[in-house]
Amino acid sequence: MATVQFKHIVKKFGDNLVLNGVDVDIKDHEFVVIVGPSGCGKTTLLRMLAGLEEVTDGEIFIDNLLVNELHPSKREIAMVFQDYALYPHMTVEENMNFALRLRKMPKAEIGARVTEAANILQLNKFLKRMPKQLSGGQRQRVAIGRAIVRKPKVFLFDEPLSNLDAKLREEMRVEIAKLYQRLNATIIYVTHDQVEAMTLAGRIVIMNHGIVQQVGSPIEVYRKPCNLFVAGFIGSPTMNFLTGRLSSADGVSVFSNESVTLPIPAFVLPQKEALEGREVVLGVRPDDVLVEHPGGEKLSCKMDGVLEVCELLGHRENLYLKVSGQRLLATVEAFFNRSPGSAVSLCFNYQNMHVFDKATGQRISE
Amino acid sequence: MKKEMSAAAKKKRLQHLLIHAGLILVSAAFVYPLLRIFSVSLRPGDKLFSMDLSIIPAGATLISYSKLLKDTMFLHWLWNSLLITLATSFIGVSLASTAAYSFSRFRFPGKKAGMILLLSSQMIPAGMLILPLFLMIMKLKLMNTYLGMIIAYSVSSLPFSIWILKGYYDTIPRSLEEAALVDGTSQVGAFWRIILPLSTPALSIAFLFNFTTAWNEYLVARVVLFSAKQYTWTLGLFELQGQFITQWGMFAAGSMLVTIPVLCVFLYSSKWLISGLTLGSVKG
Repeated sequence: MATVQFKHIVKKFGDNLVLNGVDVDIKDHEFVVIVGPSGCGKTTLLRMLAGLEEVTDGEIFIDNLLVNELHPSKREIAMVFQDYALYPHMTVEENMNFALRLRKMPKAEIGARVTEAANILQLNKFLKRMPKQLSGGQRQRVAIGRAIVRKPKVFLFDEPLSNLDAKLREEMRVEIAKLYQRLNATIIYVTHDQVEAMTLAGRIVIMNHGIVQQVGSPIEVYRKPCNLFVAGFIGSPTMNFLTGRLSSADGVSVFSNESVTLPIPAFVLPQKEALEGREVVLGVRPDDVLVEHPGGEKLSCKMDGVLEVCELLGHRENLYLKVSGQRLLATVEAFFNRSPGSAVSLCFNYQNMHVFDKATGQRISE
Repeated sequence: MKKEMSAAAKKKRLQHLLIHAGLILVSAAFVYPLLRIFSVSLRPGDKLFSMDLSIIPAGATLISYSKLLKDTMFLHWLWNSLLITLATSFIGVSLASTAAYSFSRFRFPGKKAGMILLLSSQMIPAGMLILPLFLMIMKLKLMNTYLGMIIAYSVSSLPFSIWILKGYYDTIPRSLEEAALVDGTSQVGAFWRIILPLSTPALSIAFLFNFTTAWNEYLVARVVLFSAKQYTWTLGLFELQGQFITQWGMFAAGSMLVTIPVLCVFLYSSKWLISGLTLGSVKG
């Protein structure tokens, strides 16, 4: 297995700047997920690592070897494509051993590797079948098998589950997680699905507009998003954002806008950041909007709101609320048992409150 | 309900009947001349015109076939044609398949203009190309040679073959080649191992086009070849036409015999003309 380094990677398609100075270090045996919205440059970055796109500027290292000019076949990487990319004129077995045959590996070794991969992926029954005779999930397993038999230095996954239905996607996600535990390989996985990113990654690289926004463990990027984009992108349902101004009263920072006025505890926003009149965005995850349950525990420092819509998800319930013109989403335990239009009391969990500078979008809270 | 269904079934049956009647008429229009030629080839003597409409005429004989094969150089002409046609088809398809791959996959200056130029070359009537081809082959000192014919035929069928193949390559997902590159092939290897095996339907069509064009060609052969030993069958058959008499029996027998190689190539190629070769490769 190997380390991977992207050093100040720039990619242009004509005048279109797709990647603008990407710097990422990936450690040996690490499972890194690159996540971001469509068009953020994540697939381009992966394809550049695979050697399928030229690097406009910057350097890519695999195991400390500069690979910018190296042919894809020499990089010792294996790639699982979004659309499977199985060779339609070859059987499953031939698809899986294609790379090994090219390397003129002994037949016994080829057979052993294919059998091992087929066992791992439960493909034994399908080895003599053609790709068109397989279901979507089976095809994706063959594509993964084709990568496994190579025993490459780095595995690249380009949105491998995006073509599968929700149930199959969930199953394959677990399969990939198990596979990682078994192979303990360096894996770089590109997706736009933050659930895949959160569940699979050892570290997440969040990208937007060709720039790395934040690199960190799933829990880091969830709990301490470094800017407004990351805060809005990671977490489902998305974070509530309230725009307002900071002021100080009796040594305490106060956030206020037309709808709400809230004191901000010092452990959230150190006094030095609480500049008088500074425009900020307050971020609160739906889980941290605490709604007083009828007959439940009474809340302190509460706000009054109106329940607009309830969405029952099973064990949880989404409540769409309106607090003096400000819309908020709260996720609470089912069953809330209040009809739309009812008055509700709510407050925020200050422990998990996020404050961002409105002008720069950067996090200013602790 | 039952009445409605039977009316719909009747309408469908009538439609089928009309379609089949049309198809039979068109088939008859194509088959009839062939049957007449076959009939002429079996007639004793050189009777082109006859009141007899039967396919196998009275006193049918294979004498015309026998005379054609024994008394003329027909077999030699057939061999010349076969040699030139096969060489033309293989060279033409090889050049077209690689050229079309470049047009389909790579970005280079003049790509679009090149494709338009190739297309527009097909708009020029074949007769207009005779003089430039003659001059070109003469300057290459290839008059009255197989090579001269092969070059002339290969270049003239290239544009069509390139268009056919380029169109087909465009439908093959690029990710297949990329997967092959990552798996360890070179660009040429990806073309050879992945693209070509998947392109057999288009390659077959290009091959058939090259084959039939070269096999039936007369004008260029008339200009380039001038000794009977080098003749293709199209020129050879005209040797049977004299100023005062035409040996119609042998002419018809020759016409029947030249269809055999084309028929064989068609039958053999048909197994490659299968659709859906790329099914299952990528998410459909």
